[in-house]
Amino acid sequence: MEFKTFVFYLFAAILVFAALRVITARNPVHAALHLVLAFFTAGGIWLLLQAEFLAIVLVMTYVGAVMVLFLFVVMMLDINLDRLREGFWGYLPVGALIGILLVVEMAIVLGGRYFGLDAMPTPAAAAEGYSNTRELGMVLYTEYVYPFELASLVLLVAMVAAVTLTLRKRKGVKYIDPADQVAVKRDGRVELVSMPAEKE
Amino acid sequence: MNFVVPDFYPAAAEIFVAVMALVIMLASTFARRVGRTLAYVLAQFTLIGAAFITIFVTMSDQVVYTFSDMFVGDLLGNFLKLLIYFAVAIALLYGRGYLADRNMDRPEYHLLAVLMTLGMMVMVTANHLLTLYIGLEMMSLSLYAMVAFDRDSARSTEAGMKYFVLGALASGLLLYGMSMIYGATGALDFGSIHEALYYQSANKTVLLFGLVFLMAGIAFKLGVVPFHMWVPDVYQGAPTAVTLLIATAPKLAAFAMAMRLLVFGLFELAEQWQAMLMFLAVLSIILGNLAAIAQSNIKRMLAYSGISHMGFMLLGLLSGVVDGDRHYAFGAYSSAMFYAVSYVIMSLASFGMVILLSRAGFEAENIDDFKGLNKRSPWFAAMMMIVMFSMAGIPFFIGFFAKLAVLQSVVAAGYIWLAVLAVIMSVIGAYYYLRVVKVMYFDEPVDSAPIHAPADVRVMLSVNGLSIAVLGLMPNALMSLCVFALLASLV
Repeated sequence: MEFKTFVFYLFAAILVFAALRVITARNPVHAALHLVLAFFTAGGIWLLLQAEFLAIVLVMTYVGAVMVLFLFVVMMLDINLDRLREGFWGYLPVGALIGILLVVEMAIVLGGRYFGLDAMPTPAAAAEGYSNTRELGMVLYTEYVYPFELASLVLLVAMVAAVTLTLRKRKGVKYIDPADQVAVKRDGRVELVSMPAEKE
Repeated sequence: MNFVVPDFYPAAAEIFVAVMALVIMLASTFARRVGRTLAYVLAQFTLIGAAFITIFVTMSDQVVYTFSDMFVGDLLGNFLKLLIYFAVAIALLYGRGYLADRNMDRPEYHLLAVLMTLGMMVMVTANHLLTLYIGLEMMSLSLYAMVAFDRDSARSTEAGMKYFVLGALASGLLLYGMSMIYGATGALDFGSIHEALYYQSANKTVLLFGLVFLMAGIAFKLGVVPFHMWVPDVYQGAPTAVTLLIATAPKLAAFAMAMRLLVFGLFELAEQWQAMLMFLAVLSIILGNLAAIAQSNIKRMLAYSGISHMGFMLLGLLSGVVDGDRHYAFGAYSSAMFYAVSYVIMSLASFGMVILLSRAGFEAENIDDFKGLNKRSPWFAAMMMIVMFSMAGIPFFIGFFAKLAVLQSVVAAGYIWLAVLAVIMSVIGAYYYLRVVKVMYFDEPVDSAPIHAPADVRVMLSVNGLSIAVLGLMPNALMSLCVFALLASLV
């Protein structure tokens, strides 16, 4: 076995194991950590395919940013595991049946017959000094400018939606607006009242 | 590398709407006091402006491609875009008072509605799997947020959550199908996919495998059986103004998505996807009509009726190619388009009526709330009667001609049994539409509060109701528009 093939099978095995643990782990923190592992090994497989930019982005954004946030959220929330697992055995037969059917059907189509090396020959190795990142950079703002700009608007939608669904102005909290505090004048704080002197 | 700056001209309307969305966001942030009114006025201005641009700048019977063939400007796209502007504008108009009564008319609502419109425009003009998907996500994400907009209501947030989870699953299936199509053809734009299929250079088994997943995604967005589970819950749980938005313009966008993917991209597989569509259509027509009978909530009833209407619409799409003969295709697809357009007009009016009867602190959700409407407002009772008759397919309203057109194309394609089944089911379906008419005219009102609605809503709702009757008297105008749009776009 070639070394590259060995690495591929190693990564693939870790990936499948990690993905399984994500859905079977009892502790949500463990599940999130296994997801990190799954992303990391998927990045490794992409590196083997010479898609180094995608691999780096996957590790940086998903592992570095998204999953860390995810872990925080999971740790902060008090998740009742028993309630989550309610009805699991009831749904299992139907779910398992559909799952197995899907896997069998996919195995028939995605097996070696249509996606084996005979059907899909190995692509020619990239030339010396070929850079995936550079090629992506060349097309991102030129050929793909339309979907790229639209994707930024999709992010805007996500932001607006998140803010509008969660931002609340609470009433009755003892919060002082710094702007008001700075803008305060003497007249607003001290009131001088002139009173006639009183005799004792 | 040679790169030519793309022609921005055909996408003028999309660019205008995108810029206006940003303007609405900034304007309503800085003008806090009038932000609510300002956002609404600007949203309506955006839709009207986009309609002007579409009519006077980009409308032509030529097909133009730009942005490296990712964008297509054709008559079908322009025509559907115009209808989408009108549907969204009318939906915002009807919904405004409803939202204001419930303190939900925050500027974000109108901002999201404009971004949703942009998403639909992108879908309608997509010539590339990537742009189609991005447009779909933009539309769906805005809708998820709007469904959950009443964030203090458990039902609204639950509906939003359900819609989001199921929608994300459907998007995943769609993407998986797209990746298979790409794997088999090596192309992402519909022209090249069509070419690869035409010269049979692609592996058919893999293509069919991808097609199944694509179909699941399309079926979910159209809301047809067996991917319909979200429809009743979301329609019922969402604020009625949002239900109105979901039930109208997105159906046109989903129709456009089906047309672009199936007819423009995978036409060579027509025999296969027609069989799948037949399965979806038969189940939807049966389940939609039977389940609607049992409903007492009018939003839920209209949701099931929407499922059966979408099934009817699919009848048109599935009768294009018969035994390899493509002569029926134009007639069949234009009947499906005609059906989608008339459903949107009827759906606007029906949910508009539900909003009209609601007021601050009261939701007119049940069919019982329509009891004795004739005594409270004979005019609007008549409008509702027109809508219900039209939806049931009673002659000389637009709904009748829509049903007639799709049934004609089904019969022309030789599926007599399918036409008979559809007619039987729509007769069964007439029961629940007529029940609404019966409670309006023959029952005593439970609720005697007078109907008060702003003048613009009354006028628009009357125009909307009357247009169903008027278009029913001369359906040929709309029908020939549909045929013409398709003839100019399908090369």
